[in-house]
Amino acid sequence: MQTLTNRSKAVDRHPMTVWEKMYLPAIAKGMSITLSHFFKKKPTINYPEETRPFSPVFRGLHILNRDEEGRERCTACGLCAVACPAEAITMEAAERKEGEEQLYREEKYAAKYEINMLRCIFCGLCEEACPKDAIYLSETFAPSNYKREGFIYGKNDLLIPDPKTEPELYRKAVGERSRKS
Amino acid sequence: MIQLAIDLAFILEKAILIGGIITVSLVVAMYSTWAERKVAGFMQDRLGPNRAGPFGLLQPLADGLKLFMKEEIIPNASNKFLFILGPGLAMMTAMMTSAVIPWGREIEVFGRTVSLQIADINIGILYIFAVLSMGVYGIMIGGWASNNKFSLLAALRGASQMISYELAMGLSIIALLMLTGSLSLKTIVEQQSAAGGWWNILYQPLGFLIFMVCAFAECNRTPFDLPEAENELNFGYHQEYSSMKLGFYLFAEYINMFMSSVLMATLYFGGYDIPFVNDAALVESMGTNNVAILQGLSLFAKAAFFIFFFMWVRWTIPRFRYDQLMHLGWKVMIPLALINMLITAVVVLIRQNGWPF
Repeated sequence: MQTLTNRSKAVDRHPMTVWEKMYLPAIAKGMSITLSHFFKKKPTINYPEETRPFSPVFRGLHILNRDEEGRERCTACGLCAVACPAEAITMEAAERKEGEEQLYREEKYAAKYEINMLRCIFCGLCEEACPKDAIYLSETFAPSNYKREGFIYGKNDLLIPDPKTEPELYRKAVGERSRKS
Repeated sequence: MIQLAIDLAFILEKAILIGGIITVSLVVAMYSTWAERKVAGFMQDRLGPNRAGPFGLLQPLADGLKLFMKEEIIPNASNKFLFILGPGLAMMTAMMTSAVIPWGREIEVFGRTVSLQIADINIGILYIFAVLSMGVYGIMIGGWASNNKFSLLAALRGASQMISYELAMGLSIIALLMLTGSLSLKTIVEQQSAAGGWWNILYQPLGFLIFMVCAFAECNRTPFDLPEAENELNFGYHQEYSSMKLGFYLFAEYINMFMSSVLMATLYFGGYDIPFVNDAALVESMGTNNVAILQGLSLFAKAAFFIFFFMWVRWTIPRFRYDQLMHLGWKVMIPLALINMLITAVVVLIRQNGWPF
């Protein structure tokens, strides 16, 4: 019969020879295989202590960006919410008041900005849709939580630390990727 | 009445020795569970337990605590007395073997020479066999008292397996006894460690192989773990057990494993003999107590290797089918042991009579 693939093997049904019937050589062979695995390098990554290196295009949790002076970039235009295929993003816009110029970059800003991380599929379309470079996906992923409400990330979860007041945290939040670009 | 005068120091000495040996065996059994998981992990390219303490060394304590905290369930339809007796018997017989094993030659404390053996009885091996065959009662009683079909089936399997392999084990030992001419374990070890004496493995390689395979079967270890075969009998004879009663069964298995490792080392690998060194000469240069420590360590190193070997085999070889098990026991092991016995007998006769060939 013609074989469909070249991987198929005929079953060997010849009666066992005396050497094979002793079983001990076969057992010794099997034991040497397991022993060789004993000394092999383990592929396990001890998660909380070690983390798997992410690829440069990894899409993790969202971050709401600030500019160099620490002002929020988001203008609550809603393009990210429209682009989102999972409808995970909601926002409420507000108008910038007199004296809030150091807080918000433009006249309009997002008073409320929520992303439901259980809905989010981390596709990155919001990042592409944003005209103000205000949202991008970082290298971390959502930690586990006991409640569903914990996965709805508000503005204080998403906003990047202020580069002027907290430069250390800011640099950490920006991560490796933006440094590369 | 003078013969009945009790030597208090003697009783104290033996009590301390018994306490020490039981503690050591329990600790070894405890860490065998850790080692088992670690070895299993490493052989499957995993890391094994490594969360509780450094290298997961506190894992046995956590496991023990878990077992103690679990709910104690005694099934309604079970025979309550026997249900509790089962694990106790399994544990007791497992510990009793340690009584006749020489753990070292002797130590000197407060001017007394203390032999590091609880009881040097002249029928040591017979005693061990008697206790080993008692071990099956723990399984039988536990399996029967649970009033569960699977448990009973597992208990029957365990009993018939143990009886089948005990025969071959005894026959393989007889060949060894022909050479040593003594049933006392201490004498056997001293013959091996004496100057010019070789370890018995060199005289009895086939006997050792048979003994080892039978020891695997007696300990219910893979490839002969049919009594607890998880995927066929759910959990075997300890299916209805929970909490520390289950712990006792599992623990007894590991103590059995330790004891048969020590026994294999004692019978075939020189016991507490330190390899490549003349022990008697070492006593003069280092003092009795230091040598006793070294001898104990030597015995433990040998036992540790065999425990590792038990685990190595467990994570390599799949379980036998029941008819294959019986076939191996009755049609392969017993004839082999008989042939081994015959050859040994012929050689011993030739050496004694000096037949001219």
